[in-house]
Amino acid sequence: MSTTTGTRTLSYREAVREAMRDAMRADGRVFLMGEDVGRYGGGFGVSLGLLEEFGEERIRDTPLSESGFVGAGIGAALGGMRPIVEIMTVNFSLLALDQILNSAATLLHMSGGQFNVPVVIRMTTGGGRQLAAQHSHSLEAYYAHIPGLRVLAPATVADAYGMLAPALADPDPVVIFEHGSLYNAKGELAEPPNAVDLDSAAVRRAGSDVTLVTYGGCLDLCLDAANLLESQGVSVEVIDLRTLRPLDDETVMTSVSRTHRAVVVDEGWRSVGLSAEVAARIAEDCFYDLDAPVGRVATIEVPIPYPRHLEQAALPSADRVVSAVRKAVGIDG
Amino acid sequence: MTPETSRELICRLLVEIAPDADVDELDDERDLRREVDLDSLDFQTLVERVAQETSVQIPETDYPKVRSLRGMSDYVAAAATA
Amino acid sequence: MAEFRMPSLGADMTEGTLLEWLVHPGDVVHRGDIVAVVDTAKSAIDVEVFQDGTVMKLLVEPGATVPVGEPLALLADGDSPGSRPPVTEPAPSPEPPPSPEPPPAGRTAAAPHGTSHDAAHIPASPFARRRATELGIDLTQVAGHGGVISVADVERAALARNGEGPASTDAVPAAPEPVVPALPADKPRSSHAAAMREAIAALMARSKREIPHYYLTLDIDLEVPLGWLADRNAGRPVAERVLPAALLLAAVARALHDFPDMNGSFADGAYHPSPNVNLGVAIALRGGGLIAPGIPDADQLDLDTLMARMKDLVARARGGRLRASEMSDSTITVTSLGEQGAESVLGVIYPPQVALVGFGRIVERPVAVDGMLAVRPVVTATLAADHRVSDGHRGGLFLTRIAELLSDPETLMGGSHDARDQS
Repeated sequence: MSTTTGTRTLSYREAVREAMRDAMRADGRVFLMGEDVGRYGGGFGVSLGLLEEFGEERIRDTPLSESGFVGAGIGAALGGMRPIVEIMTVNFSLLALDQILNSAATLLHMSGGQFNVPVVIRMTTGGGRQLAAQHSHSLEAYYAHIPGLRVLAPATVADAYGMLAPALADPDPVVIFEHGSLYNAKGELAEPPNAVDLDSAAVRRAGSDVTLVTYGGCLDLCLDAANLLESQGVSVEVIDLRTLRPLDDETVMTSVSRTHRAVVVDEGWRSVGLSAEVAARIAEDCFYDLDAPVGRVATIEVPIPYPRHLEQAALPSADRVVSAVRKAVGIDG
Repeated sequence: MTPETSRELICRLLVEIAPDADVDELDDERDLRREVDLDSLDFQTLVERVAQETSVQIPETDYPKVRSLRGMSDYVAAAATA
Repeated sequence: MAEFRMPSLGADMTEGTLLEWLVHPGDVVHRGDIVAVVDTAKSAIDVEVFQDGTVMKLLVEPGATVPVGEPLALLADGDSPGSRPPVTEPAPSPEPPPSPEPPPAGRTAAAPHGTSHDAAHIPASPFARRRATELGIDLTQVAGHGGVISVADVERAALARNGEGPASTDAVPAAPEPVVPALPADKPRSSHAAAMREAIAALMARSKREIPHYYLTLDIDLEVPLGWLADRNAGRPVAERVLPAALLLAAVARALHDFPDMNGSFADGAYHPSPNVNLGVAIALRGGGLIAPGIPDADQLDLDTLMARMKDLVARARGGRLRASEMSDSTITVTSLGEQGAESVLGVIYPPQVALVGFGRIVERPVAVDGMLAVRPVVTATLAADHRVSDGHRGGLFLTRIAELLSDPETLMGGSHDARDQS
């Protein structure tokens, strides 16, 4: 690791690993638990090398029982530890939804403020890797729906590294979604890394004709769409939500009130999802500034297909975003 | 009517007459005709609209008192209260 | 069967774009009824029909650009038999902006600010409605795209009205770099202002090319007429006050009685004096551009009526729409630069007219009166005239006559016969 100031390039996976490593070095209460996180190095290789450095007590392989080990992690948090519970993917988290909703999110309220649950739950999310219908979900909306949870979606290397520390410092449960297609992506990390907040959305690209609102795995395709649209004469502003609960309304509304048009891009299914929430808020707060209906680009309402061409057709793509933006701007009538 | 209310009203009327007027950047002391590019007809229309909104009639002899935004606001505020 | 053709709305106009039809086949029209709105390079103009009759068939769709003289509609003469169209004849759709499909699902609900019943049912985006209110644009007069009115359509309508782009600042302080809002490349935001500038350029260039101008100036002491006007206005509510500008127009209109060589048109190599004084008034548009509609029979109007007509014309030129007849019938034009302009204007005659009277700013000047120094309000009057039709001597006498009429303002009050009795 370089000791001079500047930036260095590393992968998203490496950024998460280093964040966990730095957190565990800094605070003895922090430990990692989950399926295959120890000897295997993590289902996606994120925790490779951590068992060697920190030992079995702090890098704990769990049985194949999400409900069981998430509950245990919640118990450890209640007992004063700072666990990082890794659920291999959001697909399996459904088995632990009762623990997360009815224990982690709700104990603070039910105990009259006596019991905080400072657990951090990391999950891989999203599709696009031909893992078929049961293993390609984007269910961030399920968690963003729950009061008592903070829900994060780091889309950049800087956020993948930076969000963990403040998440661990939060006395209440935090769920972090890592899109599976981002792990190999490389990005810049400041040296030493800048502190990041967990409350604000980020304007990743400034523009003036339309605002694209997105998060996580869809950020890159939105930036690609924006470049394409630039060459077509449309100036696109891209907002990375970063935090899905609570949503940073101010950043979004400031942008939309200036551009007068918005398109929300979400890998979840269109109905009853995050895009619906963001669109509703824009309609509530920016109605008189809107020059076009709020557009949404989301996954087509089918179980995620296995064949590559069908999967790509179902998920949001830069082309679909370009079409939606052109429609909002009124180019194609 | 307070000078502030009066000023607000006059700014609103100015925007009616000159939609491109930047009311936030107006110098209260300068001649409105220069500030907002009003000709004699525009100025008379402003005086007319003020009369419609406040019943304050500004005779031509008093025009020198109401050339600036401050002048007109104070004049109208005083006359409306009287 | 008569043809209603694309009118010429200015000496320089070669083609116009039909914006909307205001009549349908089967409607009975009378001479002077406004039947269509036409977009010229300078402005949107209401076009009247000049005969009585029944509209039989609309030949041109809104949005089409056609040359001057091209038939736009067929009319059956008022008193010819069989003048009603057969019930079964399929009429071309006379609706303004063709909407190929129903408005999109995002059709806005009732207007938020209590606008008219009709406006509430026009699909317009919320921002478009807000902008229309800010700019004083009537949504029922705006042509949308794809069945919906967007803010670009409203701003285009404002451009057409004003000849310039509306203020484009959006007040919300944005993120790190405030970006100037811009429309996508294929929406012509400033083309209307550019088109107006081109039209003015063409007309002025042609004038200077074809008309041999000569120029004369005369300083006129306005103490008496301005004092008379002030006394007259003193007892009146502001809505009835007459501005000096109207007095100057009245003087020019009446002075023309004795100077038919200043009032008419030069066409086909010959001068045609006009029996009427249709006084063109040059009106500056906010932000740039010039338009010169006319007041018909200005010499016949009493002063109060002339003032009202002038006010109405300026308001419609800047904030509404002008009529076709106002654009093409002027026999002379007056240009006044207003309080902030230069002291004198040496202008360019509007073809096919043969004279242009200019008035500069009224300034206090030292003058000699009865051998003593006095300070008087003085205006510099100028005449630009066509040397093919008149000479400097005549021009000088014309200016002197204007000054004479102004020095006895009572003569400018009533109808034209008062002025004639004076001379």
